[in-house]
Amino acid sequence: MDSLIKLLKTNARLTDAELAVMLGKTEKEIADDIKKLENDGVIQGYSAIIDESVIDSNSVYALIELKVTPQSQSGFDEIAKEISQYDEVESVRLMSGGYDISVAVTGGNIRDVSQFVSQKLAAIDAVQSTATHFVLKSYKNNGIIINSSETDERGLVSP
Amino acid sequence: MIDYNKVLSKTAIEMKPSGIRKFFDIAQSIDDIISLGVGEPDFKTPWKIREAAISSLKLGRTVYTANAGLMELREEISKYFKRTIGMTYSPVDEIVVTVGGSEAIDISIRTIVEPGDEVLIVEPCFVCYAPIVSLSGGIPVSIETKAENEFRLTPDELREKITDKTKLLILPYPNNPTGAIMEKSDLEAIAEVLRETDIMVISDEIYSELTYSGKHCSIAQIDGMRERTVVINGFSKSFAMTGWRLGFMAGPKEVIKHSLKLHQYAIMSSPTTSQYAAIVALQSCEKDIQMMRDEYNMRRRYIVDAFNKLGLDCFTPQGAFYVFPCIKSTGMTSDEFCEKLVYSKKVAVVPGTAFGKCGEGFIRVSYAYSINHLKEAVKRIGEFLEEIKNN
Ligand SMILES: Cc1ncc(COP(=O)(O)O)c(C=O)c1O
Repeated sequence: MDSLIKLLKTNARLTDAELAVMLGKTEKEIADDIKKLENDGVIQGYSAIIDESVIDSNSVYALIELKVTPQSQSGFDEIAKEISQYDEVESVRLMSGGYDISVAVTGGNIRDVSQFVSQKLAAIDAVQSTATHFVLKSYKNNGIIINSSETDERGLVSP
Repeated sequence: MIDYNKVLSKTAIEMKPSGIRKFFDIAQSIDDIISLGVGEPDFKTPWKIREAAISSLKLGRTVYTANAGLMELREEISKYFKRTIGMTYSPVDEIVVTVGGSEAIDISIRTIVEPGDEVLIVEPCFVCYAPIVSLSGGIPVSIETKAENEFRLTPDELREKITDKTKLLILPYPNNPTGAIMEKSDLEAIAEVLRETDIMVISDEIYSELTYSGKHCSIAQIDGMRERTVVINGFSKSFAMTGWRLGFMAGPKEVIKHSLKLHQYAIMSSPTTSQYAAIVALQSCEKDIQMMRDEYNMRRRYIVDAFNKLGLDCFTPQGAFYVFPCIKSTGMTSDEFCEKLVYSKKVAVVPGTAFGKCGEGFIRVSYAYSINHLKEAVKRIGEFLEEIKNN
């Protein structure tokens, strides 16, 4: 199972037939394994890893730290779920340490993100403070090395 | 003008350049090639190992080591033999740390071979054995293994080539270029032939960690064979350390004693930085080796299946990182096939003949590449086969 997960993590587009050959299993076994991983919630979905800055060079990726007052009934859950509703939000995580909720925002330019933080996030009652960090450059994302310019230094043909 | 043909060594002049080299030159002349031609890992050396080298430099460890190598490294190598093949070699006088498996091959052959001695070389095989035998004045004698035996050496093939002059057998398993291995029972049959003779064995086990079915077995493990075997191994393939130039040899101290003299006069001591790195490699990289082996194994399954689907028969290799598909069905020679493929589809593979005459009709394909790279290459080879079929 581990090697199946590892393969899908780096390339979710491999077909069941290809996975079966590589892992020495039958296609049916692979299909069953994947079904099980999906049912158990190990695999939550499949998505392409997009470099937004190629589409729009002004687009930014920001990580926002929120300090939040927990609510009496729901703790942090309700606020986290509320924040999750926004389209521009890519991930929402409850954190240990110096702040409470980490929000990743992607897609817009710097102004869009600033406006989103000041008008949407900061406006939520329970949010005490925000700290916005813009990502300057990504080197590795989801286990994939981004835009690696490393070339194969090995000779074309060797012993 | 000086006539170099008169002043230079005849042996050097007559030595043929490697067939791999020749093909490299062709491949080099074409742009945007995608290669399946390399014999070295695509992984970077595990970071822990690189860190150990950097740290040794920071500490200023920049002087020669003992001729045989750092004692601490030899102790690790001794433990490594114990844990992998269950053999005991003394770090004091039965192990030498060499400049790659290459140097170990060189000095072990020179330690054993005298002018006129016949040396049995199991082919297809890595390219350096015969030229080095010739340098010692020995006579290389090919033993041709066959696809129907999965390129294993059989006792009959061996027996047939033994004469009064036979001094040495070079046993290269897991094999470059075929990916063949010798299992314990295969080795026992070979040992049976050798035990009553004075024939020595050099066992080149540089790919031992890349064995995909069960555990690697060394001929030195077989009853009566330790005293007549020099085992060669190294860091290049298993630890992805080709550029560090570090290998080692082990054998009975009566043999190693003399090899050490050759090493001392030619090399002094192997690269110090690499030796410090290698200690860490042996102490704490079992997981990394496992990770790389799993990855190669996946690619191996993929590529064997792909070639068989393309109609190029390919036996399932159990070792190293090569497959050796048969291209006889195309009606071309190995050389023709490889040249046409590289010119028309820009895919470089190595003709089987670079590894001995009996490699005719085969090509060596390395799978030390990412799956995506392999997929693209397979696609192009498929197109190539379609085109030649329609011509
Ligand atoms: C069978 C075999 N032996 C020995 C070597 C030499 O390796 P190194 O000198 O890097 O240890 C190679 C390299 O390709 C090989 O394939």
